[in-house]
Amino acid sequence: MGVKVRIPTPLQKLTNGKAEVECSAKNIAELVDALEKDYPGIKERLSEGGKVRRFINIYVNDEDIRFVNKEETVLKDGDNISIVPAIAGGRLKNEVERLGT
Amino acid sequence: MEFTEDQILRYSRHILLPEVGGEGQERLLNAKVVLVGAGGLGSPVGYYLAAAGVGTIGVIDNDRVEISNLQRQIAHNSSRIGVLKADSAKETYETLNHDVNVVTHKERLTSANIKNIIKDYDIVVDGSDNFPTRYLVNDACVMLKKTLISAAVFRFEGQLMSIYPGDGPCYRCLFEIPPPPGMVPSCQEAGILGAVTGVIGTLQATEVIKAILGIGEPLKGKLLLWNALDMSFRTVKVPKNRECPVCGEHPTIKELIDYEHFCSMSH
Repeated sequence: MGVKVRIPTPLQKLTNGKAEVECSAKNIAELVDALEKDYPGIKERLSEGGKVRRFINIYVNDEDIRFVNKEETVLKDGDNISIVPAIAGGRLKNEVERLGT
Repeated sequence: MEFTEDQILRYSRHILLPEVGGEGQERLLNAKVVLVGAGGLGSPVGYYLAAAGVGTIGVIDNDRVEISNLQRQIAHNSSRIGVLKADSAKETYETLNHDVNVVTHKERLTSANIKNIIKDYDIVVDGSDNFPTRYLVNDACVMLKKTLISAAVFRFEGQLMSIYPGDGPCYRCLFEIPPPPGMVPSCQEAGILGAVTGVIGTLQATEVIKAILGIGEPLKGKLLLWNALDMSFRTVKVPKNRECPVCGEHPTIKELIDYEHFCSMSH
């Protein structure tokens, strides 16, 4: 039992490439701690001082937790959690230059 | 407006649609849309808008075509390497459809020039490849009340949202601030499956055409998330943020901001 968490591409390095992980937590704050236990380093990427970073959103099913109860948003078994960061395409000043590195 | 015989044939598959018809086609021919970037997203957006007969298409881009662009940036081709992308896109789109006038803006957008460039267009399409431009475009569109169809891609994923300032959330309601340097994947991690830009760009073009025609439900107050690897389309709710720094009840951003181009700076 627990919740399913979708991990965005930029964070999959920390989850050994897994796009979805399972977790057991009563609210978002607990969820972040539970993820950190399994995937060290992820907490720092997701949050700062206990608050989710402002360029990352967490959704419980299709609801943004900022408009529910933020980090205290309650989770129930079977919820689908999505972590969604802002993405911008990854500009390369000179794409050819990159191939040489 | 009288259609020529060629136009009736060219746009017949549109005109046959009751939701478009002659009236809708006329609206497309009179529409003015500006593309921020003629890259992976801008290329297919412009291609479909040109095919649809969108009369005026602005292209904002000051880069030149590189061979590594051609894996996804379909407005360009091998003979255009070294050519300004705006000029290359103009040639491609106007060759496809002579009804289309492509206006080139060969400059990088800044707080100083953006309002003047976008003010004459009805709809802005953001296909930019960096955060500073993305936030600049959002803020300028909110200030000038321009419809903004915003999309971004990364590796195998895409995000899409339609922004109608004054009527629904903006990009900052979704992500309040851009990530600081070091918190985004480094340029070395970037990479993109070419066809992913085609899918998201074509969805973006569809939202533009719907907006011009005033048909269907716009992707307003929602964020579409697409993942190529599991072929999943999902939407999540994007409420209007009353505390949004640019479109909220007490905005703190009243002037445009030029964020540092931190990704390209790392080279």
